[in-house]
Amino acid sequence: MTELTRRVLLQTGGALGAAVGLSSFAAAQRAGGTASYRFFTPDEAAFIEAAVDRLIPPEPDWPGAREAGVPTYIDQQLAGPYGQGDRLFLGGPIKPGTPQQGYQLGFTPAELYRRALGAILAQTRAAGASFSDAPASQQDEFLTRLEAGEADLAGVPSAVFFETLLANTIEGYFADPAYGGNRDMTSWRMVGFPGVYAAYLGLYTQHGLRYEREPLSMADAQRLHGHGSPAATGASMHR
Amino acid sequence: MATRLKPVDVVLVGMGFTGAIMARELAQDGLSIVGLERGGRRDTVPDWQSPAMHDELRYAIRNEMFQNVVTETYTFRNHTGEEALPIRILSSFLPGTDLGGAGVHWNGHTWRFLPSDFRMRSHYTERYGAQSIPHEVTIQDWGVTYDELEPHFDRFEYLCGIGGKAGNLRGQIQAGGNPFEGPRSREYPLPPMDPAYAGALFANATLELGYTPFQIPSANMTRSYTNPEGLSLQACNVCGFCERFGCEHFAKASPQTVILPKVFESPNFELRTNAHVTRVLLDGRGRRATAVLYVDGQGNEIEQPAELVILCAFSLNNVKLMLNSGIGQAYDPATGEGTVGRNYTYQTMSAATVFYPDDININPFMGAGALGTVIDDFNGDNFDHTGLGFVGGGYISANTTGGRPIEYHPTPPGTPRWGLRWKQAVRRHYNHTVGLSAHGSSMPTRGNYLSADPTYRDAYGQPMLRITYDFPENDLRMSRYITDRMTEIARIMGGETVSTAYRATPYSIVPYQTTHNNGGAIMGTDRRTCAVNRYLQSWDVPNVFVQGASAFPENAGYNPTGTVGALAYWSVKAIREQYLKNPGPLVQ
Repeated sequence: MTELTRRVLLQTGGALGAAVGLSSFAAAQRAGGTASYRFFTPDEAAFIEAAVDRLIPPEPDWPGAREAGVPTYIDQQLAGPYGQGDRLFLGGPIKPGTPQQGYQLGFTPAELYRRALGAILAQTRAAGASFSDAPASQQDEFLTRLEAGEADLAGVPSAVFFETLLANTIEGYFADPAYGGNRDMTSWRMVGFPGVYAAYLGLYTQHGLRYEREPLSMADAQRLHGHGSPAATGASMHR
Repeated sequence: MATRLKPVDVVLVGMGFTGAIMARELAQDGLSIVGLERGGRRDTVPDWQSPAMHDELRYAIRNEMFQNVVTETYTFRNHTGEEALPIRILSSFLPGTDLGGAGVHWNGHTWRFLPSDFRMRSHYTERYGAQSIPHEVTIQDWGVTYDELEPHFDRFEYLCGIGGKAGNLRGQIQAGGNPFEGPRSREYPLPPMDPAYAGALFANATLELGYTPFQIPSANMTRSYTNPEGLSLQACNVCGFCERFGCEHFAKASPQTVILPKVFESPNFELRTNAHVTRVLLDGRGRRATAVLYVDGQGNEIEQPAELVILCAFSLNNVKLMLNSGIGQAYDPATGEGTVGRNYTYQTMSAATVFYPDDININPFMGAGALGTVIDDFNGDNFDHTGLGFVGGGYISANTTGGRPIEYHPTPPGTPRWGLRWKQAVRRHYNHTVGLSAHGSSMPTRGNYLSADPTYRDAYGQPMLRITYDFPENDLRMSRYITDRMTEIARIMGGETVSTAYRATPYSIVPYQTTHNNGGAIMGTDRRTCAVNRYLQSWDVPNVFVQGASAFPENAGYNPTGTVGALAYWSVKAIREQYLKNPGPLVQ
């Protein structure tokens, strides 16, 4: 891993000398916001913010995972019941299994992140490198090696960490904004998913309908209609 | 020391669809009945209301409605040469829990198995000769025929307000329905769902190839409906949050919407929730159940004596209870002896995806659990198996169940799994893609079975159920054949690209496939190979009946619920008309 880090993150040199960008958390604090990570340390957060933005990168019209709030989503998940393994069986004996037997580590998601991030940060620091400050191409290469590799991150195979991070990133990007990601329903707008809006009886048989409608979040629906099924609000539809 | 309660006539273990049917029927005989549900009580209002119900993360990803593995899971291995390890994250299949069971979060596909499915070994032997059945396959007849079950299929379909079109009315083939199905005594209670765009594109292609498309029989109401119990449901509004969700709208048949309100009217029925049954207690000779032992919500161990015990849990949990209670002899794959755990089967799923130009709007989010168009031309023995080297088949369908994007964001082959190109592909294809699936049968073998795990125990100290399973060669051959047919259809559906996902071996518990786990307490006429007789009565402990898909000797290429419902009505009729009059074995 250390060798990998040196090769990937240091090969262009000067990465650490590059201007250090503020993390979105730090930026939010500067701006006087109330955003606060509850699970991640600042160094962990810097890695996560940079990594999720390579998994789902920003484009001019469509924000990446970082701007969509995915780091906040993952942080809140890890600080809550999911992080504690509320639906993960951890009873022993813990033994290595076949790929078909699925997850067999004895770690909760919170422990898994803490171990893997700790190992990544320690190793990159020891190598005099920083993932979050490296150029995108090097970050991608680093993530690709995590994805493919068998590198040990304090007891967590790097591929297991990568798959967990990727799954959590996609969850946060597409889940209801109530969970802290998908800010402004950006991913729903991007693909055309109307969100919790849910009454298509008269529409689904209009095959090929071009359905353009402001998506609706759970919070929107509660504001608009209490507990009822939300009615269409300013939907525009074209064939 | 367990607290011993006053005896009752009947204890039901599990209060999903089959438990509710048992309770409703047996209450009419004036019996005192206790229904034990391991989970909590819940109902349409307030538990399943919008917008909180339309939360993909909570229900479809974090598994809110499913058995929590922290309390109870299974161990798994592909074959006996491996050590089974616990399923630590539920994923390949998702057993339901809480009142109503899987009948709450199901999609609502409601099929009848084919007449030939119920006499599978006899059918293949008669039509193709005994040598046509691959040696590894331990298929057998069910001991009950389609004709015997027909009134009970009918009853379950009318209970549930199934929307469909008959394809065979009393032997007359009907346009618009499934021409391969067994004869029906009457039409479905409601008309079929109208096709979604995906289904219409699929239907056109299948017609071009000479097949017979029709709409999947659906428990999502197509009209408002009042069932024979006097309970009313509303038309489905195609919200796209059905599978893995409860229906906010009284539009999906579930125990809560179609039967439980009537069960609760019976003064002689008592529901106890948070009652986790650990064992059925037997008499000294192991020939008679005396009580069930359960742990209540406060952790107290309770003994509930009963004259009659009916297991109505999820198929796997029925088998677990039998093994841990010593009801019948555990199956041993080395000798082939024993019955409990034998003939565990699954479902052999595969998929094809059609990627369309970006001016073809599929609108996948306008969906319903059982909204789909299907052909049955390659299911069961609806096609000539001569020389094919396998038994079984499956239906091929285009379903539009919803476009919830955490799970649904299809990309064409060659797309990276993350990064800018992935993101752009997700955006490009989300609304312009149709998925097809081949829902294949699952044949039993000597080595695929269920047993008590020797190492791992659940939160109640009981041995976990151990699943030993891999896809049989027969099923892989079958799946390749029907997946090729599916791909031929996909290629003429007008898309730019088609990708096919064949069923890969070995079986893995990681990707979700289906929650159609069957067998392990199979029904039939031979007590040496079957755990229960044709009325779902234990051969060894005659005051125990075992409902559900655990009774399937093998699994057909259909969703199981229709057949589970029919078997429940068939079984409870025998209990009422025969067993109660003369408690004892219904078959000698």
